[in-house]
Amino acid sequence: MRTLILKSASSYLIPVLLIFSVFILLRGHYLPGGGFVGGLVAAIAFVLDAFSNGLEKTKTILKIHPGFLMPLGLLVAFLSGISPMVFSDLPFMTGIWAENPIPVIGAIGSALFFDLGVYLVVIGAALTIIFTISESA
Amino acid sequence: MLEAVLLGFLFSLFLVFAGSYFRGRLAVLSSLIPLSLFIYFSTFISEIADGKVIYENHEWIPSFGVNLSFTLDGLALLFALMITGVGTLVFVYTSAYLKDHKYLDRFYGYLSLFMAAMLGLVLSDNLMTMFIFWELTSISSFYLIGFNNDKEDSRKSALIALGVTGIGGLMLLGGAVLLGDVAGTYRISEMLSSREAIADSSHYVLILFFIFSAAFTKSAQFPFHFWLPGAMKAPTPVSTYLHSATMVKAGVYLLFRMSPVLNGAEIWHTVLIVVGGVTMIYSAIHIIFRTDLKGILAYSTISALGILVFLIGIGTQAALIAAAVFIVVHALYKASLFLITGIIDHETGTRDVTQLAGLRKVLLPVAIAGFIAALISGGVPPTLGFVGKDLIYESTLHFKDNAILLTIIALSTNVLLFYAGFVAGVKPFIGKLPKKFEKVHLPSPLMWVPPLIMTCAGLVFGLFPGLIETAIAKPIAMTQALQFEDFHLKLWHGFNTILALSATTLILGTVLYFVLKPKHSLENTIAKLDVIAPKTLLLNLSEGFAVFSKYWTNIFQTGYLRHYLFIIVSFLILLLGYLIFSDFSLKIDTSSLADLTIYEISILIMLLLGVLYTVFTKSRLAAVASLGVVGLSFSLLFLFYSAPDLAMTQFSVDTLTVILFVLVLYRLPKYLNLSDSRLRIKHGILSVSFGVLITLLILKVLGETKNTEVTEFYAENAYKLAKGKNIVNVILVDFRGIDTMIEISVLIVAALGVFGLLKLRLKTKDKK
Repeated sequence: MRTLILKSASSYLIPVLLIFSVFILLRGHYLPGGGFVGGLVAAIAFVLDAFSNGLEKTKTILKIHPGFLMPLGLLVAFLSGISPMVFSDLPFMTGIWAENPIPVIGAIGSALFFDLGVYLVVIGAALTIIFTISESA
Repeated sequence: MLEAVLLGFLFSLFLVFAGSYFRGRLAVLSSLIPLSLFIYFSTFISEIADGKVIYENHEWIPSFGVNLSFTLDGLALLFALMITGVGTLVFVYTSAYLKDHKYLDRFYGYLSLFMAAMLGLVLSDNLMTMFIFWELTSISSFYLIGFNNDKEDSRKSALIALGVTGIGGLMLLGGAVLLGDVAGTYRISEMLSSREAIADSSHYVLILFFIFSAAFTKSAQFPFHFWLPGAMKAPTPVSTYLHSATMVKAGVYLLFRMSPVLNGAEIWHTVLIVVGGVTMIYSAIHIIFRTDLKGILAYSTISALGILVFLIGIGTQAALIAAAVFIVVHALYKASLFLITGIIDHETGTRDVTQLAGLRKVLLPVAIAGFIAALISGGVPPTLGFVGKDLIYESTLHFKDNAILLTIIALSTNVLLFYAGFVAGVKPFIGKLPKKFEKVHLPSPLMWVPPLIMTCAGLVFGLFPGLIETAIAKPIAMTQALQFEDFHLKLWHGFNTILALSATTLILGTVLYFVLKPKHSLENTIAKLDVIAPKTLLLNLSEGFAVFSKYWTNIFQTGYLRHYLFIIVSFLILLLGYLIFSDFSLKIDTSSLADLTIYEISILIMLLLGVLYTVFTKSRLAAVASLGVVGLSFSLLFLFYSAPDLAMTQFSVDTLTVILFVLVLYRLPKYLNLSDSRLRIKHGILSVSFGVLITLLILKVLGETKNTEVTEFYAENAYKLAKGKNIVNVILVDFRGIDTMIEISVLIVAALGVFGLLKLRLKTKDKK
């Protein structure tokens, strides 16, 4: 499925999709979006790349196997969960927030990091499944 | 007490690392473990005799009421002393019996594991911990029976024993849960106060069923007795320790322990008397047909266990005391006889009673022990056996119903047990010594002293029954919560019916011993009846079960994905359909429905076209693509009904699904053979009915009055508590964050599963 049209279009589309996925991730707390959808969009971006440029090329872009994103994401989510226990002596998974919002990103809190963990896990799991299947097909 | 229970576990753990030191000369040192425990428990004798009960509690899982609580009362003390006392002698004996065995340390490890578990069992006051120790005894016994694991027989017997006692363990758990539910506590000492509530509860019969099944399987009662003769494949020390003196008495112990809690109704007594009575006479008769010394002892053990169950069933004060004394009597003589059999087997290489004779000339101390053991077992005065037998007759004679019948059964059993004791303890030693045994020599004292000690104890206790009375009989009577009348154990009761019965037993037993000779022909005769023996029936049942489950599994596990789906969906339809139509009322408020817009109609048409195309197309890829159309139309629908989150997710998931399908399918050829129209109609009906059912379900849910409390809570608190305006996301990452955490873990497991399965397949493909 390597057509010139797809190839040229994808080279513009992929960065946009990736930025869009981060955008969805960040806006999740106030507007439709969140880590799960964001992760799926990012995964779609990489799959599109794999379609147009070949799986091997995508793998070199990624540098590491996407499978490693899964434990990383779980770790981020877990750390965000225990952060209230460490910083404020609150029970596990209580949301804590920084007092001043940061420009562009907005309010920073443990929930955002939790969502980031979900985001990473979803990318990792989706890409692992798709890459493995396409390699074995 | 916790330390006492743990000691055995720690020792077996220690042997894992330091076992090699205990294989040679030092092996005998391991008997210090049971010996020290024996001394430890002996120090409690005077306290317990004074009527004190010692409690100890260690919290374990307090929220479930499961704690390591131990009680030391008369009953527990009797068993603890028996376990550690017989244990000491068996440990000593083993060091010579299995001298220089390759796995002697392993054997000691299993033995002390068993000892610790058994101690825990009899000391536990909490039914749940008792269950755990109960299972541990089954498991350690499995390893001990199968100790000669290079023999198929041993392995099979071990498995049968584990199977039977394992089912019993499961039953005990059931009984414990029910009892705990009815009484509100797992502590046996606290259950006593809710005795009436338990007897009146609707679960009473079920509780009895569970407790009885546990006790009968463990204590080898008819028809579960068959595992015990098989378990005799184990080395003799195991038969002595587990299968005559301690483990098989765990069931008796359970009945003894639960008797004050559960004996409120007639059914308790009836069942125990019938089962115990049948067991004792059935296996006593079996003794006649055996020529293997161990076989004779195995059946006489089952018979003795039957007597114990029978006595507990009678349940009067006399009967319970008779049972307590008989436990001691039986442990002393049966353990000695087993050890003696072990010595004979060890030295002559055979256990066939028809070949053995005249061994007194070469094994004199063993012969003395055997003779005394036979006297105790036969109930000849002045041994403790005589005291025990008197008590049994006293309790059957004074029972309210069928006293005559019960006495006759007890009498015949005792006559046969007399015979068994003499065949095992006397017959091998008298008569002319065959030539082939002339070179037999006396083994090390480590082997023949233990049976001598036990038999002498039986003699001493018989001469001074007061010892047993104060230390054991009275404290046990107290645990049974009886308003007990004072009693005294005596050798001489004067001339009365009981003495006449005892004398009859002795005379008939002696006659039987001289008239009946063990013969192989008898053994072969009974073997013909094996077809209808409970063992064969149960084994056939289990085999039949295996065949059936194979057949059953093959029906469902065809390996075709479409069959699995078909079965899953059909069951769902049946269940859901029953649920919906059993209480069906559909309320659709047509007045409040909004008008259809042009968008909705066009999406509906798109959906329908997509579905129809998917079903009728002849190309895989087209089917996948049109399935994608269906999914995307749905996400549009979500968007119209103001669920943008859902729409987004549906959109992305659908995209990825189509990609996945394409990746898998696009290399495959076109459909080679389409399913025939009959199959398609079948699948079509299934799909349509499933869809209709789900639609009905949703309509029904919409018709229910809504509970908006939860929605309101989230709407109100999402921003206040979690600083988020998107409720869906706030629920995901904050309110129900732990759920999300678990969900992403599941996602990871799924991905790893796909990865592992496919990569593994790739590797094996590469090899070719």
